[in-house]
Amino acid sequence: MKQLFESCVTHIENSLQGAEAYTANFKAEESDFVRFNKSSIRQAGSVRQAHLGIDLINGNKHAAGSTTLGADPDTDKAAIDKLINTLREQTAVVPEDPYLLINESDKSNSVVRGKELPQSEQLVQSVLDAGKGRDLVGILASGPVFAGFASSHGQRDWYENRSFHIDWSFYHQLDRAVKTAYAGCTWSDDEFNQQVETAASRIEPLSRESIKVKPGPQRVYLTPAALKNITGMLGWGGFGMRAHKSKQTPLLQMVESNAQLNKLVSIYENAENGVAPSFQSQGFQRPDCIPLIENGLYKNCLVSPRSSLEYETPCNGAYDSEAPVSLEMAGGSLKREEILQKLDTGIWIDNLWYLNYSDRNVCRMTGMTRFATFWVENGEIVAPLEVMRFDETVYRMLGENLIDLTEEREMIIDSNTYNSRSTGSTLLPGALIDDFRFTL
Amino acid sequence: MNVDGIRQRFTETLPACDWATVRYMEEDRNFICVRDDVVQPLDSSLDAGVMVTVSVDGGVGYASTSDLGLSGLQDAAQKAKKWAQLDAQHGLLKKEDAQAPQQSGQYLGPCEKPWSSVSLEDKVNVLRDACERTQAEHIVERMAWLYNTNVKSMLLWDGGEIEQNYSILVPEIRATSNKRASTETRSFGGGRLARQGGLEILDQEGFNEAPERISAEAVELLFAPQCPEGEMDLLLAPDQMVLQIHESIGHPLELDRILGDERNYAGTSFVTMDMFGEFQYGSELLNISFNPSMTNEVASYAFDDNGTPAQKEFLIKNGILLRPLGSSLSQARADLPGVANARACSWKRPPIDRMANLNLESGDNSFDELVAQVEKGVYMESNCSWSIDDSRNKFQFGCERAQLIENGELKGVVRRPNYRGISSSFWRSLKGVGNDVRILGTPNCGKGEPNQLVRVGHATPHALFSNVEVFGGEA
Repeated sequence: MKQLFESCVTHIENSLQGAEAYTANFKAEESDFVRFNKSSIRQAGSVRQAHLGIDLINGNKHAAGSTTLGADPDTDKAAIDKLINTLREQTAVVPEDPYLLINESDKSNSVVRGKELPQSEQLVQSVLDAGKGRDLVGILASGPVFAGFASSHGQRDWYENRSFHIDWSFYHQLDRAVKTAYAGCTWSDDEFNQQVETAASRIEPLSRESIKVKPGPQRVYLTPAALKNITGMLGWGGFGMRAHKSKQTPLLQMVESNAQLNKLVSIYENAENGVAPSFQSQGFQRPDCIPLIENGLYKNCLVSPRSSLEYETPCNGAYDSEAPVSLEMAGGSLKREEILQKLDTGIWIDNLWYLNYSDRNVCRMTGMTRFATFWVENGEIVAPLEVMRFDETVYRMLGENLIDLTEEREMIIDSNTYNSRSTGSTLLPGALIDDFRFTL
Repeated sequence: MNVDGIRQRFTETLPACDWATVRYMEEDRNFICVRDDVVQPLDSSLDAGVMVTVSVDGGVGYASTSDLGLSGLQDAAQKAKKWAQLDAQHGLLKKEDAQAPQQSGQYLGPCEKPWSSVSLEDKVNVLRDACERTQAEHIVERMAWLYNTNVKSMLLWDGGEIEQNYSILVPEIRATSNKRASTETRSFGGGRLARQGGLEILDQEGFNEAPERISAEAVELLFAPQCPEGEMDLLLAPDQMVLQIHESIGHPLELDRILGDERNYAGTSFVTMDMFGEFQYGSELLNISFNPSMTNEVASYAFDDNGTPAQKEFLIKNGILLRPLGSSLSQARADLPGVANARACSWKRPPIDRMANLNLESGDNSFDELVAQVEKGVYMESNCSWSIDDSRNKFQFGCERAQLIENGELKGVVRRPNYRGISSSFWRSLKGVGNDVRILGTPNCGKGEPNQLVRVGHATPHALFSNVEVFGGEA
């Protein structure tokens, strides 16, 4: 794939006219996807895709577009020529862009992660073995993901990540299940089997008769996977410079009214600890670590190249969406073995689901419990709980009502495969919260 | 698209198998946006590729590629065959469940004013004008955009082919107002004005008349009181009904969910297979159809992506649940009737059970007649928040704007309106259906592993519900 990327870049450079400049983005994957239901294969297939994006620049005028690539050099050159001609025509028509920021660095870097993975058929067999005697449903994704960047200034970045991701649930019945995942660049039978056995051991409590509790405040423990839904929602405008300046951030009260979260809460965009490329789509490097919230206080926004010029703030390598890609949250002092005891009586929530803002101005979110959610009494799991809806502000759940965060944190690799496999990740603790408001 | 070339290469690369298909799909997408009077970077993209499907010994395998050359298709065919063989050994489905397409045909979507028939300069000027006209005191961000995609698809097999081509337009205008720690946004259609067609949709939907109203309503919301809390009648506009139908009828009726395929991701369903034919899903006023033949609706087609001919079917009639959203494969698995709804978001993904056009049939009441029925209630417009549990039962929705209804008359505007309920009982409280069907659709319905986003159409009139739990934002 790197050869394909380089040949495309050479062709772009040979095609430029006059004062034209460019930036180019390359994305590709060679993935196997196998989905399972009832411990059998439901759909099995492969995807080989490559896309080239070009931003054609002439002074302060520019236009962007992309095309799919095959493997035949002549066909790909013709596709690039067609795209450049379209962009050239558009560039002649559009007005100057006051917020066009070009990275003029010629620094290049290359990151290649993962070596040869086991054959996907072998991974499929491991999943089928894990499902024997159980009701397993989920997906295996495996193979390399590629990204590249090039510009007229000579910058060349390359990223290659060979990885696997098995995301699955063991179902007891109806909506009761234990959801888990095993992901990485190096496969280990022992690690996978340990993950399988840990998940399987948690099915038993799901077989107990379920309990309904009335809507109202409850003490809850959110696992890192459940907390990821909360931080994921915060990422939707919560940390972007544009959302802050246009007053659409869900953290508006932190900006306008000096509202604070609990001092335990520190959130970072930590590219160094993530698995995503170290460069964003316009070639700007992502710094190792950007404090977003520290000790409950708002610190920094994520600033894209456009926002940098629009709001006269230095760009800090954010994508256009200005959303975190490698979010990290600091841990607290709660030890894993003390969680149930400190929860005492309340609700253990493995997963949340389908969150949305019910009042964005005050960062109030609604959502559902999902999969393994248990009623706990006196530090003991009593029974599974029927799904419940919550409606709660972040200022309460991660503010005055946050009791503690776990010392241990969990790295969660994003299993999102919309359009292509995600390279996002989140490093999170679990959270013990008082008076978490359930409404239905 | 060189279809003849793909057909030729397909024939040359066909492996020994029970049957095989190749599905070519091409999307030519264009996005123009003006934000705060600044033209944003234009985005034009071409996404094209094929998916080869091979069946061996009853197993089915898939392989897709953007390499449309002979070696690319050969490689894909061999991979698909390998997966088919593994599926034949370890697959969930019975050997006879998956079948090759049988019937050739064509579909051409409506388009009076193609995207390419208007110059880029003119399109930019339409958006600049719309953006400029949303300017007002307290407005802090203004946006206007047009998204267009031109889709060409071809399903080929030994002995037949289906060609389907159409264009889609999604226009939008947004104005955001702010005063201190309070921000409100009003939009043209909440992003749900997706339709098949060309730029004629702008005139049909009154795009040119909308900017000042959107801006004024965004400012009005800043100073409006919070939506009241309590159980009351709820009148929903079509641009909220889209989400209500989508989440609490569409998704729970997807047969692959009921069969458990989606339990690890999109979820299950409160609907079970024994409910079809007898379950009282809603009041007698509830008539829901799967209608792939609705002109201009965003998911109209003549065949689904497995090649099954598509036609209108009632899923719910007079409130009784009749049939699920299940494609031919799911119908065979569940022994239930269904519809032609095997859909793939692109050439990169295999078809699964999806909504296409899922519509609430017209009722008898005018909008004024619906309002007149309400003693105490709220009228909500334009969805801005949506959440529902994994079996699609407990839901909560929020809207951009609402108006009180008192003694049969529309009253003052209220902000941050929300309501919640339970699907399995909510639709039985339907007490009035309008005669003012509006064709809308959502461009981003997510589901499937690997994940797929598809466009879904919803044509719906206003609808009135009784005794709904309504509430506002944080006090």
